[in-house]
Amino acid sequence: MMSKMFQAGPQGGRIKSDCQVFYTPGKDSLKIEIESKVKVLFSNAIQELVEKTFGDLGITTGLVKINDFGALPFVMMAQIEAVVKRAHPEITLEVLPEFKGHAQYDTSSGRFRRSRLYLPGNQPKLFLNAGIHKPDCVILDLEDSVPPGEKDAARLIVRNALRSLDFFGAERMVRINQGELGMKDLEAIIPHNVHTILLPKAETADQVIAMEARVDSILLEQGLDRKVYYMPILESALGVLNAQDIAFASKNNVGLAMGLEDYTADIGTQRTLEGKESFFARSMLLNAARAAGIQAIDTVFSDVGNEAALRKSVQETKALGFDGMGCIHPRQIKPIHEAFAPAEIEISQAKRIIVAADEAEAKGLGVVAVGSKMIDPPVVKRAERTIHMAIDTGLIPENWKEES
Amino acid sequence: MKYELVKNAAGRLVPTEVNGKPQVPFQGVHGYKPTGNKAAPPIASCSDYPMDGNKIVGSIKEALEKAGLKDGMTVSSHHHFRNGDLVMNQVFDAAAELGTKDLVWFPSAAFPCHEPITRHLDSGVLQYVEGSLNGPLGKYVSEGKMDGLAVLRSHGGRWQAIQDGEVHIDIAVIAAPTADSMGNATGDRGPSACGLLGFGLADSMYADKVIVVTDNLVPFPCVPWQINGQNIDYVVVLDKVGEPEKIISGTTQLTKSPDRLYIAELTAKFVQAAGIMKDGFSFQAGAGGTALAFAIYLKELMIEEGIKARFVRGGSTKYLVEILEEGLTDYILDGQTFDLEGVRSMRENEGHLNTSPFTSYNWHGKGNFASLLDAVVLGATEVDVNFNANVVTHSDGQMLHGIGGWQNCLFSKCTILPIPAFRGRIPVIVDEVTTLVGPGELVDVIVTERGIAINPLRTDLIEATADSGLPIRTIQDLKAEIDDLIGGVPQKPKLTDEPIGVVKWVDGTVIDTIFKIEH
Repeated sequence: MMSKMFQAGPQGGRIKSDCQVFYTPGKDSLKIEIESKVKVLFSNAIQELVEKTFGDLGITTGLVKINDFGALPFVMMAQIEAVVKRAHPEITLEVLPEFKGHAQYDTSSGRFRRSRLYLPGNQPKLFLNAGIHKPDCVILDLEDSVPPGEKDAARLIVRNALRSLDFFGAERMVRINQGELGMKDLEAIIPHNVHTILLPKAETADQVIAMEARVDSILLEQGLDRKVYYMPILESALGVLNAQDIAFASKNNVGLAMGLEDYTADIGTQRTLEGKESFFARSMLLNAARAAGIQAIDTVFSDVGNEAALRKSVQETKALGFDGMGCIHPRQIKPIHEAFAPAEIEISQAKRIIVAADEAEAKGLGVVAVGSKMIDPPVVKRAERTIHMAIDTGLIPENWKEES
Repeated sequence: MKYELVKNAAGRLVPTEVNGKPQVPFQGVHGYKPTGNKAAPPIASCSDYPMDGNKIVGSIKEALEKAGLKDGMTVSSHHHFRNGDLVMNQVFDAAAELGTKDLVWFPSAAFPCHEPITRHLDSGVLQYVEGSLNGPLGKYVSEGKMDGLAVLRSHGGRWQAIQDGEVHIDIAVIAAPTADSMGNATGDRGPSACGLLGFGLADSMYADKVIVVTDNLVPFPCVPWQINGQNIDYVVVLDKVGEPEKIISGTTQLTKSPDRLYIAELTAKFVQAAGIMKDGFSFQAGAGGTALAFAIYLKELMIEEGIKARFVRGGSTKYLVEILEEGLTDYILDGQTFDLEGVRSMRENEGHLNTSPFTSYNWHGKGNFASLLDAVVLGATEVDVNFNANVVTHSDGQMLHGIGGWQNCLFSKCTILPIPAFRGRIPVIVDEVTTLVGPGELVDVIVTERGIAINPLRTDLIEATADSGLPIRTIQDLKAEIDDLIGGVPQKPKLTDEPIGVVKWVDGTVIDTIFKIEH
């Protein structure tokens, strides 16, 4: 009797930077057939990687066919691990690519999160250069952008990407799945320097607490002493009404994010450009976030080609008080950063405050004053943030103090 | 066939003889200066031509017959219709009908629309093709199927070869969107308008016999006479000579890739930061999505700073036309029109000038336009750590691209290659280029999505951009980053010692050899 053939990898269309793996378990010793678009340059490297990955997973028999379209090693390893685990669900071994130094940088709770670039977890070709567009955050998505049949493979691709890729300083976020699937996601990814977990469809504080408990136990098991931050996404009426509880549910919450597609469906309407239908939800979210001292992040703008409408939308988002919004394409990043950039008058005020603070420090004074006005420490902090953002957006040079 | 190979000044092995003609190995960028006189066509007499100027004959076949088509002759053509040429397939079909063998086709470039011609290579009507080979013909040659070596030349090199007598054209066929019965012809008007006919100019001046093929016959005079009727033997009128909508090929469309747009933006910022972008400056941005995007970004910076160029060089596209029509440059010096807006502008705008490989590129002349440019952006398939660049083969050894004006443009004051750091899994920065087409001493800057590398020879550029905030890195550093990403330095393709083509330098010497890949 013929054994069943298992497969992993994209099934059709124009495949790029990825591979298909076909594996038929059997009794004969492992036979490997490789077809690759880049075989002239990488046939030896691919052969070696395939043999090693199967070996590390304890597979020594059966038939393997690889159809490669220029997959990077971390992608091919993930697809092989996926196909093996589809055939042998009992295997718990992991085959991890090298944890690169450039994948081990830190984040901070208060950093900018103006732009968060969504990257579908099963499309690694979009990961490779995501960081060069300088989003404040990248979101490796395991939830809505990944079809149900690909969740297992996407989890491995994302895990391997977290160890392999340089996102050039962007905060490394993962959006996990809802429910038990999400808990599995956490086990796979938490040990690999995830900065922030996006919790989809947050409706109660308990969900956040349960997630945090699981993360803490994983960190403990792994002997990891580091912080993981959370950003619950509110995308239902219940979630919006419980915004305050959710915001206060963990001290590691860094923000609340709005998910309007699901929310508008939940309240029985559709999104409009004008956005009247979501005004209440966004205000609730914003006030809950501010009350908890965390960031408020708006939903994504989905018309990628319409930059003018995006710019208008960001202006409104900023005017409502939000700190950032989601992106689904790199070209949205720059318009968003520019819209969130401080106005000229904000910059000049901030400059005055910082110069005054420097002077006060130099003179050993405890109090900062601009003219006759006393400046509180939180105001100095906000001014620093304004200046930092102005530099980041290219509005003022890094050495503005020397030039002014 | 066995070739004797010698090492040239760039350390590359090159054959001493190609297609029966002795060759000079590359002797360095400025090393080779030939002596002697230029070639010339036979003297003609008006006595042999109709006094009323009417040189119309009934068909391509008849014209070829009258021109004395014989076995082994060289037939040339221009590529201003790019992928929309309807004439050359008919020419070789007619040659086949006439029972001719062993012809050499000498186009200024071949395109995918010429795939049917491989049939004539198979059957022996054509012995080989000598010219820029894009697409299916490139693949045919890569597979070693052609009897004879492909000779890849730049646009300027093609003029040089004709002018110096390295290539003798027996019959030139010039497809012309508009012509009169005497053979005066222009490309800028008519239902098949393609802009200019500069790539056919040398052919019209140096070939023994010249046939103009048009689908828009006008009464004398046809103006402007980009091609002079005084050089023409026969005129053929067809229903249609070209599909102008197909002169827009993939290389003339703006990129949508966010990575490439970023590279284009970085390139424009580099030109600004290096102080190149100033009043009265000049630049060239030819075909290729990234180069087009560069022109758009540079235009924005020019508007921001109120800067106007003296001239820009095409291939013209609608983006360059906008720069001209918005008053941001005095002139476009155009070598080939890449889209229909370019064609319109050439017809309508006084500042849109038509140039030829003679004025723009020819190395064996008394100067050319390309070296006057302040900045030029060009593509490349590979660049090595010594800034040597390749534009004709891929890292896997496949021959895929013609040189175009690429080599000629290297002589600009600042040559910039905006290129992705890797394609798929294939790195663009390598230890040594598969094929040497551009010597590193002429390549000044490469701009990738992961940083900008400046040739260490250009200390002036390094200094000028030191405090620019641009991501300037060494080429070794960029290479190390990419090699790490793609899982190590790739293995080398296995090449045989059998040459399938040679690459000429702008002076006609052989700079490198393309070898057949082992299968």
